[in-house]
Amino acid sequence: MTLVFVETDESGQVALTSAEALTFARTNASALLQQLPDGAPDTSREVAAPPSGSTEAVVVGPLSEEAVGELSRLGVSRIHHLESADLEAYSATAWAQALVDIAPETGAVLASGTPRGMELMTHVAVRTGERMAANVVAADEEGLLRQVLGGAAFERLQLGGDLQVLTLAGHACNPEETTPTTPEILTHSPESAAEDLRTRVVRTEVETDADNDTSGLTQARAVVGAGRGVGSENGFGEVLELVDHLGGALGVSRVVTGLGWRPHSEQVGQTGSRITPDVYIACGISGAIQHMAGIEGAKTLIAINTDEESTMVQRADYAIIGDLHEVIGAVNEEIRNRRG
Amino acid sequence: MDILVCIKRIPDISGQITLDASGTDIDDSGLGHTTSAHEECAVELAIQTAAATGGKVTVLTLGPAEAVEQLRAAVGVGANDGILIETEDPGAFGPEDIAQVIGDVIRDRAEGGQSFDLVLLGNDAADTGDFQVPIRLAYDLEYPVLTGIQTLSATSGSGGPGAIEAHGIGPAGTEIFSLELPAVIAVQEGGVDPRYPSITGRMKAKKARIAEYAAPEPGAGNPRIGLELPPDTANEVTILGEGPEAAGALVDVLEEIGVIRS
Ligand SMILES: Cc1cc2nc3c(=O)[nH]c(=O)nc-3n(C[C@H](O)[C@H](O)[C@H](O)COP(=O)(O)OP(=O)(O)OC[C@H]3O[C@@H](n4cnc5c(N)ncnc54)[C@H](O)[C@@H]3O)c2cc1C
Ligand SMILES: Nc1ncnc2c1ncn2[C@@H]1O[C@H](COP(=O)(O)O)[C@@H](O)[C@H]1O
Repeated sequence: MTLVFVETDESGQVALTSAEALTFARTNASALLQQLPDGAPDTSREVAAPPSGSTEAVVVGPLSEEAVGELSRLGVSRIHHLESADLEAYSATAWAQALVDIAPETGAVLASGTPRGMELMTHVAVRTGERMAANVVAADEEGLLRQVLGGAAFERLQLGGDLQVLTLAGHACNPEETTPTTPEILTHSPESAAEDLRTRVVRTEVETDADNDTSGLTQARAVVGAGRGVGSENGFGEVLELVDHLGGALGVSRVVTGLGWRPHSEQVGQTGSRITPDVYIACGISGAIQHMAGIEGAKTLIAINTDEESTMVQRADYAIIGDLHEVIGAVNEEIRNRRG
Repeated sequence: MDILVCIKRIPDISGQITLDASGTDIDDSGLGHTTSAHEECAVELAIQTAAATGGKVTVLTLGPAEAVEQLRAAVGVGANDGILIETEDPGAFGPEDIAQVIGDVIRDRAEGGQSFDLVLLGNDAADTGDFQVPIRLAYDLEYPVLTGIQTLSATSGSGGPGAIEAHGIGPAGTEIFSLELPAVIAVQEGGVDPRYPSITGRMKAKKARIAEYAAPEPGAGNPRIGLELPPDTANEVTILGEGPEAAGALVDVLEEIGVIRS
């Protein structure tokens, strides 16, 4: 069995990244389980095992009816609903131990490669004495393939062991629904060891100035990217007007945040946000691999750059060669004119 | 507060990469080397925290002899000294091994009278991106561990090494943690701006005291079988034009995608 850690958003819906992980678990079950030693029994630590190859979900905290419906359409046979006072505030060790307690002896445990997914899977791996593979994109009889170097290369590896513990790279797999199941819901109210609560979140400060909020960027359908080519802190006027016309978000390169022109929360790339807009318009960005790592999920890529030879132009679907201020100024004017 | 920061020498890549003859690593012969962005922030946080509490910063790396460059660079921006755990074949070490070897050196230092109150690492290394060494090290040392931390503030403890408040970005906002020391913390870019070396820093770096250890044979080893490069998908870019005259063509594309607000 494959146990998937599922994250939900504020409205109780299954996060898109978790839907990807559930789809991956379901469609790659045999490849994942093939890695295990021959004839290993598929038993669970706490509860009787359903047939091998099944996908089970773990949800910590409130479980909405909507989420149950979505998990059913994603082919989940059983939902482990963890709700207890000890798990209310996030503590990686406490949550990980709760996962370990329901993980199969042999099988797979996975999460999407979000910060929590990464952290929890590593704790699960250490606590079960297994290896862990981060940012997996595929599984087959030869092992796992995972992203390294921010996506510029793939590592092939074999984890060995009895439990395949891994996180799935964002967008490695499209969420796909299947014949709905009637998931069995098991509620657990674990008590955590005091030691596992040492790293509990003591408080959460919801940002009021939005300076640290990346949700607009990661959810936007259109993102306008701005790089060093913008020229200065005061050069964002045209870019921001275009963002507004598109009802989108601004994303920037690390040079821009490094120079202090814009906050880090707007950075796109390996050490910034990974985005999945319908369109990404990269203005004055050269296309370093660490930046490209963040925009692989963009459906259409448009480059505006003075340098026709730049990687960004070469990788784009559409490009305009020219000064970004002039080009975007004209684009904004055109949009205003067409709107009438 | 005495702080240890673990940094890793990595190739400085921005463009096309190629594989070496073994097919298990990238060919870094023509490349410069650096450390990960997260680790630069970890070094900066360590320098700030040590300054605020009157302590010292030691940087450590497990890597080839050349990795001394990265240790010296960290001394150049304000770390006090370095530890090189030398190996000719860093690629043979998996995350379990790296954590184990670092843990052993930390224990060795403690026996010698140098104990670290706080161990900082990067959240994930920019090359291998295993997301594991900090957590595995924490289990090895039996210290609590946090990941994804952007800023720190030391709070005075009673008697012992004290406590620390750490801030990171969670799904609902900034998450605040409070830990008794000693602890392991994995740092994420975004909370502090790494400083540049000063002239005196550069001088200091040249004379930096670097303690050397020989790395033992890796125990668990690296599960890597090989590396693959993404297929070179010949991409056909459509040039819409040059300069402002191309604006109309771009707006056509945006209308077609349907992202212009009415
Ligand atoms: C460990 C590590 C992590 C990193 N993480 C990230 C990350 O998360 N995100 C990220 O973005 N980078 C990251 N980087 C940095 C990355 O390697 C590049 O340095 C950075 O992306 C370059 O930013 P840029 O494209 O804005 O600047 P440059 O590379 O300087 O490119 C500027 C571009 O603007 C064009 N241009 C100049 N003037 C104009 C004009 N008037 N009009 C139009 N075009 C113009 C130029 O032709 C050029 O293509 C990381 C690096 C490392 C080592
Ligand atoms: N060889 C190494 N030497 C020193 N520190 C390392 C080494 N490998 C990893 N680290 C530290 O562990 C962090 C996470 O690495 P990883 O688990 O490989 O993604 C890095 O950012 C470094 O701070």
